[in-house]
Amino acid sequence: MTRRLNFVDAFLWAFRLMVVAVVVWGTVGTLRLGRYTGEQWMDFVVFGLAQGGIYALIALGYTMVYGILRMINFAHGEVFMSGAYTAYFVAAPLAASGFLNRHPILSLLLLVAVAAAVSLGVAVLVERVAYRPLRRAPRLVPLITAIGASFFLQYAFRGLYGSGFKAYPEFELFKGEWQVLGVGILRTQAVVLVSAAVLMFALYQFVMRTKVGKAMRAVSEDKDAAALMGIDVDRIIVLTFAIGGAAAGAAGILYALVFKQVHFFMGFVPGIKAFTSAVLGGIGNIPGAMLGGLFLGVVESVGPALFLDGLGIRAPYQLKDVIAFTMLVMVLIFRPQGILGERLAAKRA
Amino acid sequence: MSKAKTIWAVLVGLVVAVTSWAATYAAPVRMGPVTDDWGVVRVARGQPILIAYWLVVAGPDASLGVDSRRGIEIAIDDKKTVAGHRVRLIGEDSGCNAEGGTTAATKLAANRQIVAAIGSSCSSEAVPGAPILCKAGIVTVSPSNTAPKLTDPKRGPEYACYLRTAHNDLVQGRAAAQFAYHVLGVRRAATVHDGSPYAEGLANVFADVFKRLGGTITSQEAVSPTDTDMRPMLTRIAAGRPQLIYYPIFIAAGGHITRQAKEVAGLEKVTLMSADGTFSPDFWKAAGEAARGMYHSSPDLSVEALGTKYQQFLDKHQKKYGEKPLSAFHAHAYDAAMMIFTAIEKVAKKDAQGNTYIGRKALRDALFATRNFPGITGNLTCNPHGDCADPKIAVYQTMSADPAKWNPGTDPKKVWAMKR
Repeated sequence: MTRRLNFVDAFLWAFRLMVVAVVVWGTVGTLRLGRYTGEQWMDFVVFGLAQGGIYALIALGYTMVYGILRMINFAHGEVFMSGAYTAYFVAAPLAASGFLNRHPILSLLLLVAVAAAVSLGVAVLVERVAYRPLRRAPRLVPLITAIGASFFLQYAFRGLYGSGFKAYPEFELFKGEWQVLGVGILRTQAVVLVSAAVLMFALYQFVMRTKVGKAMRAVSEDKDAAALMGIDVDRIIVLTFAIGGAAAGAAGILYALVFKQVHFFMGFVPGIKAFTSAVLGGIGNIPGAMLGGLFLGVVESVGPALFLDGLGIRAPYQLKDVIAFTMLVMVLIFRPQGILGERLAAKRA
Repeated sequence: MSKAKTIWAVLVGLVVAVTSWAATYAAPVRMGPVTDDWGVVRVARGQPILIAYWLVVAGPDASLGVDSRRGIEIAIDDKKTVAGHRVRLIGEDSGCNAEGGTTAATKLAANRQIVAAIGSSCSSEAVPGAPILCKAGIVTVSPSNTAPKLTDPKRGPEYACYLRTAHNDLVQGRAAAQFAYHVLGVRRAATVHDGSPYAEGLANVFADVFKRLGGTITSQEAVSPTDTDMRPMLTRIAAGRPQLIYYPIFIAAGGHITRQAKEVAGLEKVTLMSADGTFSPDFWKAAGEAARGMYHSSPDLSVEALGTKYQQFLDKHQKKYGEKPLSAFHAHAYDAAMMIFTAIEKVAKKDAQGNTYIGRKALRDALFATRNFPGITGNLTCNPHGDCADPKIAVYQTMSADPAKWNPGTDPKKVWAMKR
């Protein structure tokens, strides 16, 4: 049976073709220019993966909360900021006393523990104060509260620590590069990639293999049925916020390791990017968030050079956010459930 | 919509447009002994004259605005009274972006007691902000906006109330390019800007002059001010094999570029050079040890260039704030304040009760008529487009990169001064 193409379908097809054509044209153009060497392409990918690892860790918090409550926790970027910013006040004295460089691994673990604890605390507090009283309210209400909580946290931390920025101390151990399979990788980035991978693996195992993880999945599937099975839904929700918060705190330290500057507004952009990653991967889906984060990082890093250089666009890196958000729009149009997402909308409708 | 309704809508629209136009360009205002096209401020006897700043005093670029604010405060201490009144300074943070500039200017414009404004810090704030103040008839003098387009002969009447004591970047960009080409002997350079009018203007002037001198610009890149991961952009720069990167941007992004540049394959030996927007100990905090050896083009803030007046200023600054100036535009701010005070005294008129009246347009005209004004930064003469500076540009090299050792002249060390 043939279906007649209606106007909207035709338009979307034309749009799809146009985007593919632009991408192919740009890519071919870039490759023909031969501006970059093979090593430089490798560098683009590695830089992107390191950035993507951080996005992925933050995205986990968005996706887990969405999976359970069907709400976007827009204060999550600030949860990320709170841990990294607070841990600075541990890192600075450690560096001043020389402990940081005598025991770099121990210090790093200590900083991650502090940041994760603070972020966890903030995330749980936000849940208790801003979301739990509104659990039965229409969906738009907690969304607005989340934005309010986000502003509150930003300005609370501005009041606490000042409006300037702080610069994390340098780890001597992580200066320079390591050679991996003949490719030079910056040590900080290698540390970020490995830690992000370990954390994500641990988290995935926790959700898939432990009893609590099973309970989380049950609540995510059906809150009422889970309650009937004897699961304490409130406790599981708190736990979800706690785990997402801790992951964001750890991501905050990795971010500080690579970028050094922390300030009260630092959570905004990574928060938006992580949200984008979560949607890209399929919101509510944990491996999806990881994949989405890495994918977004790589596209931001490789995209401007690969797609835009060949089109003769000057200063393509100014447009890296355009690429990231165009991709988000494309996913929302053509695969609303995300790369790994299930058709939640259809199932719940 | 019926025909009658359409006509009504058009009529109402016209009436609104005409009234708002008439409200803006009202007939001359008369108050006390003064008549002025832009309105009159009455300062009652014993009340202070209100001066407002709109500077970036919070966030990563706070050092820029706080530095200027301190210059104004010292000027107020020195001047004590203006036309027999004390001076009260109020102000708004302008955020170093267009939105912040709009908000700050709108807040100032709403306060009818403000006689004159000092600001903004960043050119991006002035582009939308200055016309708002002009509409309210408030004259504003910027101590640190350097984007060429703000005082361009074609800038348009909406900037009629805007002047600056900072240099025009046509001067700074030329000086930086001459230094790179002649002194460092660089032949291949790349530039980075962050989309702000300041950075884009300065990077373009640098590139134009550098090319005219005979050099090659390998690429002109752009980032956004909130970007953190500069490595991909730097890899793109590395593909052109430049010897020098000129990035006249602000502290946050500038710090990231400085830290990440030497980590990118192909840029290990590249020379880094930034400009007055990052000339601050806060930048050393942001960039860390990676800043060591890099260059900055910035106003020449040495006693040999500015004379003993500057030394006296520095002594007062040390006494009042207990530290060295935080950025490069404290002296320009001091001069802006003094220029305004002098102009106010020129146009202020008193009535029998001792109240003071200041005509807004008269004040604006008096400021534009400034000739050979003896400021700290030199002899200031304003041209018809608002450029008042007596520009002196120097190049500084970072020695220690330790914010506690910040002392412009010795560290960062002054290595070159523009010939005049």
